[in-house]
Amino acid sequence: MNLFDILGPIMVGPSSSHTAGAARIGFVGYRLLGETPVKAKIELHGSFASTGKGHGTDKALVAGLLGMRPDDIRIPRSFEIAQERGMAFEITSVYLKDVHPNSVRLTLTGRSGKTCTMIASSLGGGRIKVCNLEGIEVSFSGEYPTLIVNNEDKPGCVTRVTSLLSQRAINIATMQLYRDTRGGEAVMVIECDQGVPEQFLQELKSLDGIKKVTYLNMEEE
Amino acid sequence: MAFGALEEIVQECEKTGLPLWKVIMQEDLRERDADEEESMERMETLYQAMRDADAGYDKDMRSASRLVGGDGYKLQQAVENKTTVCGSFIGKVMMRAMKMGECNACMRRIVAAPTAGSCGVIPAVFLTYEEEFGESKERMIQALYAAAGIGQVIASRASISGAEGGCQAEIGSASAMAAGAIAWLRTGDAGCAMHAAAIAMKGLLGLACDPVAGLVEVPCVKRNVIGAVNALTSADMACAGIRSVIPPDEVFDAMADIGKLLPSSLRETGEGGLAATPRGRQIARDL
Repeated sequence: MNLFDILGPIMVGPSSSHTAGAARIGFVGYRLLGETPVKAKIELHGSFASTGKGHGTDKALVAGLLGMRPDDIRIPRSFEIAQERGMAFEITSVYLKDVHPNSVRLTLTGRSGKTCTMIASSLGGGRIKVCNLEGIEVSFSGEYPTLIVNNEDKPGCVTRVTSLLSQRAINIATMQLYRDTRGGEAVMVIECDQGVPEQFLQELKSLDGIKKVTYLNMEEE
Repeated sequence: MAFGALEEIVQECEKTGLPLWKVIMQEDLRERDADEEESMERMETLYQAMRDADAGYDKDMRSASRLVGGDGYKLQQAVENKTTVCGSFIGKVMMRAMKMGECNACMRRIVAAPTAGSCGVIPAVFLTYEEEFGESKERMIQALYAAAGIGQVIASRASISGAEGGCQAEIGSASAMAAGAIAWLRTGDAGCAMHAAAIAMKGLLGLACDPVAGLVEVPCVKRNVIGAVNALTSADMACAGIRSVIPPDEVFDAMADIGKLLPSSLRETGEGGLAATPRGRQIARDL
């Protein structure tokens, strides 16, 4: 842990895992959807479901979905703000198999009709992990600029993406490959040391065998 | 790699002749590939956020369970009326620790130090020390590096999570960090700082994490007070030349051991200790 994992984060209380982590999960959902949801289904698992209310987990998740960060003092009022902005949400509890006790499934729909389904866990200290995206198991924290590339499960896709990254001098911090079935839906999750410019994202999208590119950069405003 | 032992930090200070805070900062800069300006700015932002949270205390706010709120103001009145047995300085430390713990429980903006539940200890000690002893803001920020460096070693050798190690890992760690920082401010001696941290930790070893209804309210808020006061008495002991018989690193190893031995009912599950008392259970039912 670095010094600022020990001191910090600056956050709205009362709990780094149940409040700050929850807000961050909501914020990741907001960023992955690419817009403020008009509809959000929030399903709480484990300790999120049992002690979430007293910790403001519900308010923090909604705040994050509205684009608020864990230190946003409006978090306690997020339900009213959601109403003002036309975001309908429903909060229920659910049992999810094989996940961390502090987990949530988000099913989001944007104004444009775009959807996003994810499962994420709050690991403590405000840090989080996305562990399922659109039904495919993944693992990323949002601490790095992250590329999520959906591609056809056939030879050459990974090489094309990584060689383009190397040409643009973007260093890969971690890289993971996932797929649902052989020859089916495949996903690359690439955590980068540098931010990825918009133009490069367009280039990536145009590569052979690449179906969709989602980019997550939590640092950006 | 960040330091894995307090003794390593002391040796590095002796070897380089650099002050404690600088040794800790430089190791972190190396680790994160960051520069000094960025690091100082972040630390200053954290200290300012602590100051803002303290100043923004509202005596009328209440927590989710409505069990927490208004106690920091009661201590403020006691200090103002000069009725505290502990005098004005300790009185103010207690007041600030209580206020910050309440701010956290009431969903105000705080700084996790090292955790949200223990967020009152370091600001209470630092802000009151700065005010009372006329210390410069610059030196207080240097002392925050000392505190964070000690916390780093605690996190790597033991834990700073109540779910893992019980409250000793949260309030105990915060208290040790604050004690070390104050001892360093008073003496400039890294070794003395580590003994202050060890003495503070020893006083809180075994502390269970038994929050009523699983909320960061009872007893968390008031434990910030004991963590802050314990930090100051421990720093005074170390500065007077008293040393921990058990070497500081071994003290934190003992904390790790004790954390493992604690049953899960005493590690943030809200099932044992105060949470399991008849009143504690009733509060949980009534929520």
